[in-house]
Amino acid sequence: MGILKPERIGLDDFADQPVSICGKSFLAHKSGALYWPAERALIVADLHLEKGSAFAARGQMLPPYDTRETLMKLAAMIDHYNPETVIALGDSLHDPDGAARMDRSDVESLHMLQEDRDWIWITGNHDPKIDRMLAGYVMPEIVVEGISLRHEPRPGTVTHEIAGHFHPAARLVMRGTSLRRPCFVGNGLRLVMPAFGAYTGGLNILDLAFEPLFGLDGLAVWMLGHEGLYPVAPRLLRDD
Amino acid sequence: MLTTPKKAGRKRQPPAPKKPVLPPEIAAWFSRRGWQPRAHQLALLDAARQRQSTLLIAPTGAGKTLAGFLPSLVALGGEKRPRSGAGLFTLYISPLKALATDVERNLIEPIAEMGLKIRTETRTGDTSAARRQRQRVKPPQIMLTTPEQIALLLSHPDAPHLFADLDTVILDELHALAPSKRGDLLALDLARLRTLAPNMRTVGLSATVARPSELRGYLVPQTAPDSMTLLSELVTVEGGAKPEISILEVEDEIPWSGHTARYAMQEVYDAIRAHKLTLVFVNARLQAEVAFQELWRINDDNLPIGLHHGSLEAPQRRKVEAAMAAGKLRAVVATSTLDLGIDWGDVDLVIHLGAPKGASRFLQRIGRSNHRMDEPSRGLLVPGNRFEVLECRAAQQAAEEGAQDAILSRSGTLDVLAQHILGMACEAPFDPDLLFNEVRSALPYADLTRQQFDRAIEFVSTGGYALKSYERFAKLRREPNGKLRVSNPRVAQQYRLNVGTIVDSPMLKVRLVSARRAKSRTAIGGRVLGEVDEYFAEQLPPGATFVFAGEVLRFEGMRDTEVFVSRASSEDPMVPSYGGNKFPLSTHLAARVRAMLANPKDWPSLPPAVGQWLTLQSERSVLPATDEVLIETFPRSGRHFLVAYPFEGRLAHQTLGMLLTRRLDRAGLHPLGFVANDYALGLWTQGDLTAHIADGRLSLADLFDEDMLGDDLDAWLAESNLMKRTFRLAAVIAGLIERRHPGKVKSGRQVTMSTDLIYDVLRRHDPGHLLLEAAWADAATGLLDIRRLGDFLARIKNRIRHQSLSRVSPLSVPVLLEIGREAVAGHARDALLREAAEALAEEAMGTSENGHSEAGTHRT
Repeated sequence: MGILKPERIGLDDFADQPVSICGKSFLAHKSGALYWPAERALIVADLHLEKGSAFAARGQMLPPYDTRETLMKLAAMIDHYNPETVIALGDSLHDPDGAARMDRSDVESLHMLQEDRDWIWITGNHDPKIDRMLAGYVMPEIVVEGISLRHEPRPGTVTHEIAGHFHPAARLVMRGTSLRRPCFVGNGLRLVMPAFGAYTGGLNILDLAFEPLFGLDGLAVWMLGHEGLYPVAPRLLRDD
Repeated sequence: MLTTPKKAGRKRQPPAPKKPVLPPEIAAWFSRRGWQPRAHQLALLDAARQRQSTLLIAPTGAGKTLAGFLPSLVALGGEKRPRSGAGLFTLYISPLKALATDVERNLIEPIAEMGLKIRTETRTGDTSAARRQRQRVKPPQIMLTTPEQIALLLSHPDAPHLFADLDTVILDELHALAPSKRGDLLALDLARLRTLAPNMRTVGLSATVARPSELRGYLVPQTAPDSMTLLSELVTVEGGAKPEISILEVEDEIPWSGHTARYAMQEVYDAIRAHKLTLVFVNARLQAEVAFQELWRINDDNLPIGLHHGSLEAPQRRKVEAAMAAGKLRAVVATSTLDLGIDWGDVDLVIHLGAPKGASRFLQRIGRSNHRMDEPSRGLLVPGNRFEVLECRAAQQAAEEGAQDAILSRSGTLDVLAQHILGMACEAPFDPDLLFNEVRSALPYADLTRQQFDRAIEFVSTGGYALKSYERFAKLRREPNGKLRVSNPRVAQQYRLNVGTIVDSPMLKVRLVSARRAKSRTAIGGRVLGEVDEYFAEQLPPGATFVFAGEVLRFEGMRDTEVFVSRASSEDPMVPSYGGNKFPLSTHLAARVRAMLANPKDWPSLPPAVGQWLTLQSERSVLPATDEVLIETFPRSGRHFLVAYPFEGRLAHQTLGMLLTRRLDRAGLHPLGFVANDYALGLWTQGDLTAHIADGRLSLADLFDEDMLGDDLDAWLAESNLMKRTFRLAAVIAGLIERRHPGKVKSGRQVTMSTDLIYDVLRRHDPGHLLLEAAWADAATGLLDIRRLGDFLARIKNRIRHQSLSRVSPLSVPVLLEIGREAVAGHARDALLREAAEALAEEAMGTSENGHSEAGTHRT
């Protein structure tokens, strides 16, 4: 049975949703990007550029358009928010050689995005080094207004942190059907961002890996939809 | 089965003046058993002497297999022949491993009794690695195997030596094998075998089919310069005794919908009790579970009743098969796993629960009983609902006339071609021009263009992308002489792990745990009961009970690739809605059902409940003529319904439903949902359909116009989950995505995710890509049945019969009852998210009592 339109209209057109971390206000976007209006900073996690060509090098010829796709998506976000600073939270490249495999035109697109704004590459486990060709500042983490931006979340119930690394996804079962989507997951004190890259899969937030990061209470989840970003009650979520 | 294992005399007869038909040892064997070689067996011998490839069409029990092997036995039993290769003389290829093993057993005995010294061996996925290795160097004279093994053997550099002496290839159950991707791959492999052994000829063994020419063309190389199809010889054995088929009549009311035929279980049980061994066929695995459970519930006599379907663990299936063969069972509930060829026992009744959906499959299943030509097979049809009564009647008529469903002619798919090209490169560097000609000699690829072929090579080598190239990672390299070779040995290893066209949907193991341990994260639990489709498992809410492997189980949770279940105390499981029937209603049976509806003179012969139902329909609405489609519109509980009766099968109806709702949305009628079964399609809207049609704002002719297969289809496919699944299958077969191997990948879910991402990216950046083309071609005949939908739309042009009614019509009841039973189709996924978010909002506002509202049934 196909349901085509929601019969109750309530939460339409929420392309982004307000998110608060330790009192600071952010906007989480349905694309998986996070915008910090007070700092005019756009934050994205886990771009995994050149994942396609990394597979091709091992004999699996995945479509070589993932870098282009990811950069186009990023360009749209930059267009939308016009940030002064862009911060990539690590694993921006799928592997340390990724930059060398990038298409010239993709490198040029990246440089165009970097014009007139600061660009910060946080390093991650996939990209401990960033090729200088990709410009920008490279650092293991950065603290802005008391909020730490890093790749891998610190274990334990840490606060004042925005991180990536885990590619959080949530699974919803309703009306006999199931839906699995990347998501933001947080508790008001820290936030784990979804992966932004075109070929990135997701890890269910009910997985053991997330257990040490958040206490039992106050978990907040925003699932990425095609038309909007949707805050979803954790009790509706399911294991894989 | 053979009773006179006496050693045959080795005494030679004096040479006869004319060549005797059979050599003395074999002739003696026949006469010792009191048999005469049958006419078709002699005809095949004759064809072999003239080196003709032949299709043998014969009913079960006609001695088909022996006919196929006899020429090889004659040749191998005769004088020693000069060898130029490894000595492999005959290949027997069957779609099932078990069938290959079974046939070998039935072949070894006569060979021994004839006193012939012929080495036969099977080679399947179950054969040990050491033995398979040895078989490549020192093969038997007769090898019994499956299509995948041929592809594997052909990918090794020693293939030319291995197959140099090949004389005969026997293709069993060709009617089941040829019209599939597996058949495409086998056709390409046959073409290759002909190159390696130019003298080789083929013998196809088939059940009766509507159009033998498709199979005859499959058996011979297509080398005619024009588009003419060359055909093999044909030997047909007329059917034996006519099957005796009845339709179960019961006192109870026949249900309006459903397929399980639960209402008739007592009668089914009584029939089992009255026979020696009964096969109970159903159309889907979970129907088998339900039937098995229901039969045991009323099994007061404790009859040994078994269960057999593809989700059960192999050892469990083997046990049931052995028990059948040993005569220890009285009934087996089975799915298509028991459709083909194997004799597991002396079946004297076949019961079909639910309508058989196709005339040919039905005949094949009925043929499982009384496996001898001169005795009639006995079948009992048990319709699951009122429409199925009509369908069962149609199947009964078709069986009496011996009418078959037509096999759709097909073009070989490009994903299979890509796999084959890589396999050829793994064997040895190939010349593209020669390979192109070879490929085109296979019937499914006879119309392949050079451009398509070159694109397939490009795909194999670098992925074949339009805008960017992986040249430096290419899998194929051009040698100075123009031949293409694999760039490194790892490519061949990868190929061999991924060979074949059978891609199962991700399956999860079902593991039994104690209810208490299931709660802890470390539960590893007890034995594995079998496997379920991931798409089924992920729908289960924790605590749901369902029937599997003959037990009522409670769903505890999923971990990685396993589903944890515990034994449920409940006697009354929640029966899962499991994708309905696997097979859609065949075109042929559909035409018969339409004719029956249009002819009130037939109705008195139907069960009274059904006759009354149709009469009532003709009073309240109409019944369409055979060449019309009936469309009814009526209001009901504040909504407006449209029900159409195309009779084109569930898959085509679902596609039609998707496309119609898009159009109605554009027309401002606010469609809310739809539901489809094999016969009809119902959809409902906020807008008043009847009024819009009456004043001309909505034209049904426009709504059902063929042009919906253009842009609307395209736009919908972009989002369709079925299309993504189709794409995944093509991507695995073509080698873009690796198959999952045990221990290699964590969970199927992740694989599904990533192919979906690849599909999205490819569609956006390279919409003309070969794999998208292949997936589209599959969708046309596969899960979306677009071809059939197209035929339907063309057929009903100017033949729409509209009835506007004041209330629901009798004929529409079955399809409308499916509302709420089927899962939400893939389209409006954001609507679900929105609803989940609303539930959260309501919770926050303190207004929510529950977050789940029933689909399609709450107020507008």
